[in-house]
Amino acid sequence: MSLQKEDVEKIAHLARLAIDEADIPDYARNLSSIFRLIEEMDAVDTGAVTPMAHPLDMPQRLRDDAVSEENQREHFQQIAPQVENGLYLVPQVIE
Amino acid sequence: MQWEVVIGLEIHAQLATKSKIFSGASTAYGAAPNTQACAVDLGLPGVLPVLNKEAVCMAAKFGLAIGARVASRSVFARKNYFYPDLPKGYQISQFELPIVEGGYIDIDLDDGGSKRIDVTRAHLEEDAGKSLHEDVHGMTGIDLNRAGTPLLEIVSEPDMRCAKEAVAYMRKIHSLVRYLEICDGNMQEGSFRCDANVSVRPVGQKELGTRTELKNINSFRFVERAINFEIERQIDVLEGGGKIVQETRLYDADKDSTRAMRSKEEANDYRYFPDPDLLPVVIEPEFLDTLKTGLPELPDEKRQRFVDEFELGAYDAGVLTASREIAEYFEAVVATGGAAKLSANWVMGELTGALNKGGQDIADSPVSAQMLGGMILRISDNTISGKIAKEVFEAMWAGEGDADTVIEAKGLKQITDTGAIESIIDEIIAANPGQVEQYRGGKDKLFGFFVGQVMKATQGKANPQQVNELLKAKLNG
Amino acid sequence: MYHHKTIAELSRGLAAGEYTSEQLTRHFLQRIEEHGAALNCFITVTAAEALAQAREADQRRARGEAGPLTGIPMVHKDIFCTDGVKTSCGSKMLDNFIAPYDATVVHKLKDAGMPMLGKTNMDEFAMGSSNETSFYGPVKNPWNTDTVPGGSSGGSAAVVAARLAPFATGTDTGGSIRQPAALCGITGLKPTYGRVSRFGMIAFASSLDQGGPMTGNAEDAALVLNVMAGFDARDSTSAEREVPDYSAGLARPLDGLRIGLPREYFGAGLNAEVAKVIEIAIEQYKQLGAEVIEISLPNSKLSVPTYYVVAPAECSSNLSRFDGVRFGYRCEAPKDLDDLYKRSRGEGFGAEVKRRIMIGTYALSAGYYDAYYLQAQKMRHLISDDFKQAFKNVDVVMGPTAPDVAFGLGAKSDDPVSMYLSDIYTIAANLAGLPGMSIPAGFVNEMPVGLQLIGNYFDEVRLLNVAHKYQQATDWHMRLPDAYA
Repeated sequence: MSLQKEDVEKIAHLARLAIDEADIPDYARNLSSIFRLIEEMDAVDTGAVTPMAHPLDMPQRLRDDAVSEENQREHFQQIAPQVENGLYLVPQVIE
Repeated sequence: MQWEVVIGLEIHAQLATKSKIFSGASTAYGAAPNTQACAVDLGLPGVLPVLNKEAVCMAAKFGLAIGARVASRSVFARKNYFYPDLPKGYQISQFELPIVEGGYIDIDLDDGGSKRIDVTRAHLEEDAGKSLHEDVHGMTGIDLNRAGTPLLEIVSEPDMRCAKEAVAYMRKIHSLVRYLEICDGNMQEGSFRCDANVSVRPVGQKELGTRTELKNINSFRFVERAINFEIERQIDVLEGGGKIVQETRLYDADKDSTRAMRSKEEANDYRYFPDPDLLPVVIEPEFLDTLKTGLPELPDEKRQRFVDEFELGAYDAGVLTASREIAEYFEAVVATGGAAKLSANWVMGELTGALNKGGQDIADSPVSAQMLGGMILRISDNTISGKIAKEVFEAMWAGEGDADTVIEAKGLKQITDTGAIESIIDEIIAANPGQVEQYRGGKDKLFGFFVGQVMKATQGKANPQQVNELLKAKLNG
Repeated sequence: MYHHKTIAELSRGLAAGEYTSEQLTRHFLQRIEEHGAALNCFITVTAAEALAQAREADQRRARGEAGPLTGIPMVHKDIFCTDGVKTSCGSKMLDNFIAPYDATVVHKLKDAGMPMLGKTNMDEFAMGSSNETSFYGPVKNPWNTDTVPGGSSGGSAAVVAARLAPFATGTDTGGSIRQPAALCGITGLKPTYGRVSRFGMIAFASSLDQGGPMTGNAEDAALVLNVMAGFDARDSTSAEREVPDYSAGLARPLDGLRIGLPREYFGAGLNAEVAKVIEIAIEQYKQLGAEVIEISLPNSKLSVPTYYVVAPAECSSNLSRFDGVRFGYRCEAPKDLDDLYKRSRGEGFGAEVKRRIMIGTYALSAGYYDAYYLQAQKMRHLISDDFKQAFKNVDVVMGPTAPDVAFGLGAKSDDPVSMYLSDIYTIAANLAGLPGMSIPAGFVNEMPVGLQLIGNYFDEVRLLNVAHKYQQATDWHMRLPDAYA
């Protein structure tokens, strides 16, 4: 796998990462070599193997439906970049 | 060109749990912004989700109620996208292995027939927060109280062929989730929302046309209007030689039109993968059996029982069972007053009319089922006539007491004494010789005039049947 | 000197009233003052809080309510959320982040009465094997400050190696406890996945991350694991099983212990001198009564490629929450929402984090999911099965922790692939979810070499026992770098 400039740009957009134009060739080169390493997996025929999503072989535990959390808005919003009237503010969203 | 419309619905029902699907924050509606958004809902670094048991039970009950397969093993996945009302940058949802698969809903058609709409799947997911676009220094405010509220997304097959069918399907699901008490169905508050996938194709064509998705339509009326608008728009585009673009569109109720959503214009790549913070949800058959046993009587079963037990017509039974509250009210009326058909007419007629007029729910009705049943009893035992009953009902509605109190207080008891009625008839015959002559000469229509005169003289209290019989005997004799 | 003592010894001294927690805490704070900056192993030092906690611990002892760890100072890797204390995760993104709550592990150790001296430097978001990706600059290896301490728990490893604290927490996603433990000559334990709560531990790769102790020896690791381990209702992936007394099993003789040596761990890529050290350690085990069996983990050679799909995939999603809206870094004057996201993330994350987010984003994206993510999940199954097979015949798997001793600062910075390969022996245990340890086993060119022990699921008792018996027979774990003796 060899990633091109457009691939890097597309991924960076999907991941919402601003990257310098000048760094794109480096990213393309590094990512390409990493994907070449990753593609060593292709050597193994995994046709009959079931995927393993998680190391723990147990079912999801279920919590009783009870309200256990109190309002901590002031506490949590102390660390927020921009709030007003209890709302988190972001640049205008146009639907 | 003749066009065929194809519609599929995605309904989002907020599950009526006390706490959120993955956190212990309250789901109550209407709190001050961000006061019900805990560390987990805010997606603070390091927090983890723990699944609410009740949300799982509610989803499973829905599956059982529509005859679906409730998965013994279902998996939560992450749907990745950036949006300010989505705190983690991903929504925890179900993708490959949803909790409910298959099932169906039968809807009634205008021609009296019915149609089966297949449900593809229903899966659990978390709701997002809300973006408030009211101007805050030209910025958007984010309230995350709703973030993490459990949702059941119910996806239908593209089985509907017109907006009316879509509405019927949506109403049926709405009724069902309320019967099951898994969703309060409040559309104003957004507890029950709908996205519609709409496409058109030339009649006879097999492949589906390109579809558009209409987002967040929050009333039954708007569903129908939005879909109809969209159908016309698509046909116009196609007949004008254009192409339909697969996109998400927003219905604007004020303008009664749809427009493409800017925020969703790029093709999404959600990068679903199993959420590594959550393990597979396992539902044992025994547990499912317990849930099954606990299910209430469902609308279709209740409707059939109303037909069988109360000898109601299918239509009436359908109306009465459309909501669990109305059905329960009706049964309570019958329990007090008997006379199921008469009771049905009163519930569907006078009562529903009065409720609609005041925009009230049946739970807030000033006339309780027992009061209405008491009045039905008085109709049945001839204490009052159906006509007088309307007066009694109005008085009850106005808070003047139960039927017996009103009848007593207003002196509305029916005159059933034959002698008393006869003497009034005699007076009327004597006072109207011309009309008597015309009637006897063959002008049968005048019979109504005499009935009216008797009723007027008795202020409507004479038993109409008796009046008819006695009048006939006197006039013909 | 207090810093020459083990936690077990300090615990006895405190209990006997030979010294107070305040004295211990002052001593270690003094050492941090002396050496911390040169090693760059701390992001935050919480001296005042530590002393207050020490005095509280002393009062608790006076009331007769002290436990074995009460009053013993410690440090946390800066990946654990600490209420009211900056929790940076080694990133500019969280440079301004004062955690509003305690991680479960933090809460438990606080409850046990351990004063927290500070928060240690680490690779940004735990992504790195050298501690060079930290926003706060690289940590230096106390054995040679021109070399790396390993990563990502490099700060914690350096702190313990220089005895600036007797115990540090670490986290291990692909070797982040064991590899720096090896490179710094200390004892590091990555418990079975699910043994220690992940709540409040900032996630890198949720299905691989596991917190654990970094200490001077196995006996101390057992003491702190007794407190760190256990079920947590706030972590769905936390195992609902009892915590055994890890200290109680330490002394069990090793007669009949079956050690599996995977031939794949001794092939090309392994420094010959390191191999020699490991062979000598194995000889030592034979003398302790163990039996050595050659085994094969045929798929383990593909653990690095597998890991570099699974971990970045999960991290690409886990790190989406850092968007400049509710906490953390926000770029100056964003012109619209997209700009807010892209610049906050582009400026807040360092190069390696961005690289991994991009790998993961690509591996999960439409058209590549099956080839990368699904294939990796299948490989993960095969790698786990290799171990299951092996543990039918052996009690513990041994080999080198890392292919080489600590490398020079900057030596691998420009070559991510060669950096990734330094975790070649540790990653498989994370993919399988197995517990692993690294213990000091000797030196090559005056730099420490770690012996890796991998145990069966939830068999930390055996693992600690096997490590402890070795440490009773050797003194590698007691050597300190001259400058910090």
